[in-house]
Amino acid sequence: MKYFRLIWKNAWRKKIRTLLTILSVFVAFLLFALLSGIGYAFKGGVDVADAERLIIIHKVSLINLLPISYQNRVASTDGVESVTHATWFGGYYQDTRNQFPQFPVAPQEYFDMYPEFNIPNEQFEAFKRNRTGAVVGQELADTYGWKVGDRIPIQATIWSRADGGRTWEFDLEGIFSSDDPRGSTALLLFQYDYFEEARAFAKGTVGWYILRLGKGADAVQVARAVDAQFENSPAETKTSTEAAFAQSFMKQYGNIALIVTLILGAVFFTLLLVSGNTMSQSVRERISELAVLKTLGFTDRAVLGIVLSESILIMLMGGLLGLALGWVIIQGLAQKMAGFLPGIFLSPGAISAGIAMMVAAGILAGIFPAFKAMRLSIIDALARA
Amino acid sequence: MSDVLARLEGVSRIYQKGKEKVEVLHALDLEIPDGDFVAIMGPSGSGKTTLLNLLGGLDKPTAGTVTVGGAELSSMSNSQLSNWRSNHVGFIFQFYNLLPVLTAHRNVELPLLLTSFSSKERAKRASIALDIVGLADRAKHYPRELSGGQEQRVAIARAIVSDPSLLLCDEPTGDLDRDTADEILRLLQVLNKDHGKTIVMVTHDAQAAEFAKRILHCDKGTLEAMEAA
Repeated sequence: MKYFRLIWKNAWRKKIRTLLTILSVFVAFLLFALLSGIGYAFKGGVDVADAERLIIIHKVSLINLLPISYQNRVASTDGVESVTHATWFGGYYQDTRNQFPQFPVAPQEYFDMYPEFNIPNEQFEAFKRNRTGAVVGQELADTYGWKVGDRIPIQATIWSRADGGRTWEFDLEGIFSSDDPRGSTALLLFQYDYFEEARAFAKGTVGWYILRLGKGADAVQVARAVDAQFENSPAETKTSTEAAFAQSFMKQYGNIALIVTLILGAVFFTLLLVSGNTMSQSVRERISELAVLKTLGFTDRAVLGIVLSESILIMLMGGLLGLALGWVIIQGLAQKMAGFLPGIFLSPGAISAGIAMMVAAGILAGIFPAFKAMRLSIIDALARA
Repeated sequence: MSDVLARLEGVSRIYQKGKEKVEVLHALDLEIPDGDFVAIMGPSGSGKTTLLNLLGGLDKPTAGTVTVGGAELSSMSNSQLSNWRSNHVGFIFQFYNLLPVLTAHRNVELPLLLTSFSSKERAKRASIALDIVGLADRAKHYPRELSGGQEQRVAIARAIVSDPSLLLCDEPTGDLDRDTADEILRLLQVLNKDHGKTIVMVTHDAQAAEFAKRILHCDKGTLEAMEAA
């Protein structure tokens, strides 16, 4: 710490150059924060996936539907404790921008399958009693300011009604929350019975099944047994873990992880060139001063440490500012986009990774100039001065 | 004068310049008593600065031994030499070599960063050193805000702040006008007489050399006493 003033003063030797370098670091880490926060939303479902649950979808794709009659057959498979189903409704609220998942479900079965969802008992009972009732997650209720008793019209993009209409109206009977803070509650659930009765087509079908494995059951064996039952039928199945299901679902948007990695890779490579150049210039300009430090008794290691610390300091100044602004923007985005892309979150893990990257980038950018400073010959440097 | 502070025995220094070997110092013997003030004169390339570098542990002899304050420098590692320099020797350069980003006070304090003194103690010692060179009122000034003579005084304060026994001055007045140069030389005399510092000064300036107790002439790698002050 006693060298801090020296390091600080050296870092600001050329104010404009340092400011521009800090600005480039700032932009890089702002981008890192934003991409991490948004990327988190895409893989949030994967992280919270329950290893004790399996998902059964149509072998062709998630879009293809499965007969409701499969439920009993799946339930009787060895190793299956319970089964429920859900279907992608794909509607929007008031405006096409207000899209969020809506699933017609069997209320009791579904909430039994997802015990992490908490809902007051009286609200849940009211939901079960009301054929046109619905419940929403806290995140969604907050986004649209809904409260119990509201009537929510959802415009269907897929499922038109038997009467030709595309507006489905639901009575909001309850608001649920999740025990798992990483799991999204930007979700509207309504009665499958109502959906089945009122939809214009594809009656007797569901989107996918969710099964809970019995104690000690082998997931791979159960998945094989389920799929084997429906082999050579018009609707063959593909059973996988929730994690695999969530990943395949997100791949509809493209390989987000790869895109994020490529963008960040390019940004950080450029950043290393910019800041490495800054540090090289900075060391070149003060060869004689470094030689004087060595003359006074600063060891080679101390000089190496001073130059490296300067590089890390510049990275931290720009990087922490970038992360801080990124955090603020992510907070805003998370609220504004809760319906469309829930789970936007700058996790403590991402912040830690960001800080580790600042230090690593500082070391990489500063290592060659620092070695040059360390290996500097006092006599040669003073003679050149 | 009493004990010998620095002793060079059979010191040679040969540099490799391309394929050619250049012998700058040749089998040199020299004793510098504690409390001495020696001026070393001689033409460019005669080996004066090389001699100073050897005495300061900045360079190692090709042959022979350099002993300062009982420590044999020629056998020390680089980090041992760094440590030794920080405790036993102060350097004063022709172009002052202050760090432009630090104030006079912080420049003087630099060598003390290598000690275990508290920041309060460091500040106190730096203030005393600046006071000795008569620049207490310029403590918060940056080098660019000081005259050449004042910069050299700050450099002298930096050289003495850790209370070394030996001061090595390489053309300390080479960049100054006559009057300012004389002021600096008088200050060096005070440090020698009143504070007991042993001073070895390399100079081209015969008038500057007059301020020393004795003058040595360096030529073609050998030393010769010119006169006693």
